[in-house]
Formats: sequence, C-alpha cells, structure tokens
Amino acid sequence: MNKMEIKFDALSQNEAFARLAVSGFLLYKNPGINDMEDIKMAVSEAVTNSIIHAYKDGGTVRIYCEIHENEFMVTVEDYGKGIEDIALARRPLYTSKPHEERSGMGFTIMETFMDSISVSSEKDKGTKIIMYKELK
Amino acid sequence: MKIDSIISGNTFVIHLFGDVDHYSTEFIKKYIYDNIIPDIKNIVFNLEGVEFMDSSGIGMVLGRYKEMSEKMGTVALVGVKGNMERIYTLSGLYRIIKNYTTIDEALKSIKLRDGVYE
Ligand SMILES: Nc1ncnc2c1ncn2[C@@H]1O[C@H](COP(=O)(O)OP(=O)(O)OP(=O)(O)O)[C@@H](O)[C@H]1O
Ligand SMILES: [Mg+2]
Repeated sequence: MNKMEIKFDALSQNEAFARLAVSGFLLYKNPGINDMEDIKMAVSEAVTNSIIHAYKDGGTVRIYCEIHENEFMVTVEDYGKGIEDIALARRPLYTSKPHEERSGMGFTIMETFMDSISVSSEKDKGTKIIMYKELK
Repeated sequence: MKIDSIISGNTFVIHLFGDVDHYSTEFIKKYIYDNIIPDIKNIVFNLEGVEFMDSSGIGMVLGRYKEMSEKMGTVALVGVKGNMERIYTLSGLYRIIKNYTTIDEALKSIKLRDGVYE
C-alpha cells in the first residue's frame, strides 16, 4: 500500500497543482495515458467544486490518495457549507449557479470517468468525495 | 494558459493553449471582453493546443454561445479530442456547438450560415 495526503488553500490557482500532484503520485505505477487523464478530470471536478461551492471566505481542500496493487482511491474533502440534497446535486445538468456559467456536469463527469464514487456531506461541516479506479 | 487571436470578418478566432479549467476560464473571459469589437458576432475556439479541459470549459463555451446568439451569431470549435470529446458529448454541447477539423472549415460554415441569416 502507498498513500499520499495534501492540503491546500481553496483557491482556483491551485486546481492545476491538485491535478498534477495526484497524477505525479500515480506515475510510478506506469498507468495508461487514458487512466491518467480520466483521474485528472475527476480530481479537477471535485477540487473545483470545493473551491467554488464550499466556501464564502476561503478555506482548505484536502486530497488523500491510496494505491493498493492496481486499485486507486482518491478522496477530495472540504470543510465548507456542505450539500443539502446530494441526489439533486448529482443529477446531470443540475447546478445551483447557472448565472456563473456552470454547466452542472461535474458529478456526472466524476461518475463517468471513475469506476465508482461516493459522496457524503453534512450541512456547515463539509463534503467528502471518495472515488475509485482500477489501473490498467 | 496562453491565448492568441485574429479577427476574420465578423468572427473572432481564438487559439487556446494549455489547460482550460475554472482558473483559466476567468482569463479567457477577460481576454474576450477586452479584445472583442462590436462587429463580432461569432467566435471560433481553436482547441488544438489544449491539453486539458473540464466542465468549466464547457460552461465558458456555452456562456459565449449565449452572448453570440443574442447577436444572431454562433460559436464553433476546432480540434476537440480525447477526454474533451467525451465531455463535449456527455454534456450535450455537441448538439448546439459544432466541432470542425480545421479553422477554414469552421469559418466556411459560419459564412454559409451568415448568408442564410442576412
Ligand atoms: N464541495 C461542495 N460543497 C457545496 N456544494 C457543492 C459541492 N460540490 C457540489 N456542490 C453542489 O452540487 C451542485 C452540482 O455540482 P456539479 O459539479 O455537478 O455542477 P456545478 O459545479 O454546478 O457545474 P460544473 O461542475 O459543470 O461547472 C453544485 O451546483 C453545488 O450546488
Ligand atoms: Mg462542478
């Protein structure tokens, strides 16, 4: 087993760092380019959500990854406002910010690009996304 | 993120390079507002140099489409590939915004469309 944890400010300039940190951690497994790109996409969606939706005046995003054999797990967590209706939030094209040019595709993309995803959230405590993918 | 552009008739051709995420879409939007001229009613995004794009890119393209639609214009894409193509399909964006292999092709179809609308 191999694990990695990072915490960083919920600022949009850290989105690229988050994607590269996770893909850099995976590099030694020699994953296929498709797996790598899929994971970058899913991480970008989860991290962007924490940055855009979770906080009003800034906060922290935590990423935690584990690799067991060929099973990859990534957790993206924030300590912000939480999601009141998770089923509604996960619906394709649903966004609470249509006026800010959001397309409401983040959760759908995470579900499509990873093998499985679980979402837990508590009002004013935060949101935790856990995603799995088998590396090929 | 690096941006280049040229104006061809009433169309703004924007070449994007690098990653299109939430952070860089803010730059792209500002670049467009700073450089667009009133005559422009169409935008072509050349994505051949884009290495990564997520849902923020989809939202940004849709936003520009809404603005150009108000002027009876449109938005076209060039060089959608890989995972970008998957989210382009998944989001349904492909139904309203076409993807072309070359800029010339995109400009030609916009000209044809203008001919019909004018
Ligand atoms: N970390 C979070 N904290 C609070 N609310 C969230 C969080 N993540 C998602 N949400 C809520 O779930 C909704 C759906 O998220 P999703 O990522 O699918 O779409 P979006 O972020 O609105 O748009 P897009 O991802 O296409 O830019 C958001 O509009 C927001 O209301
Ligand atoms: Mg999102």
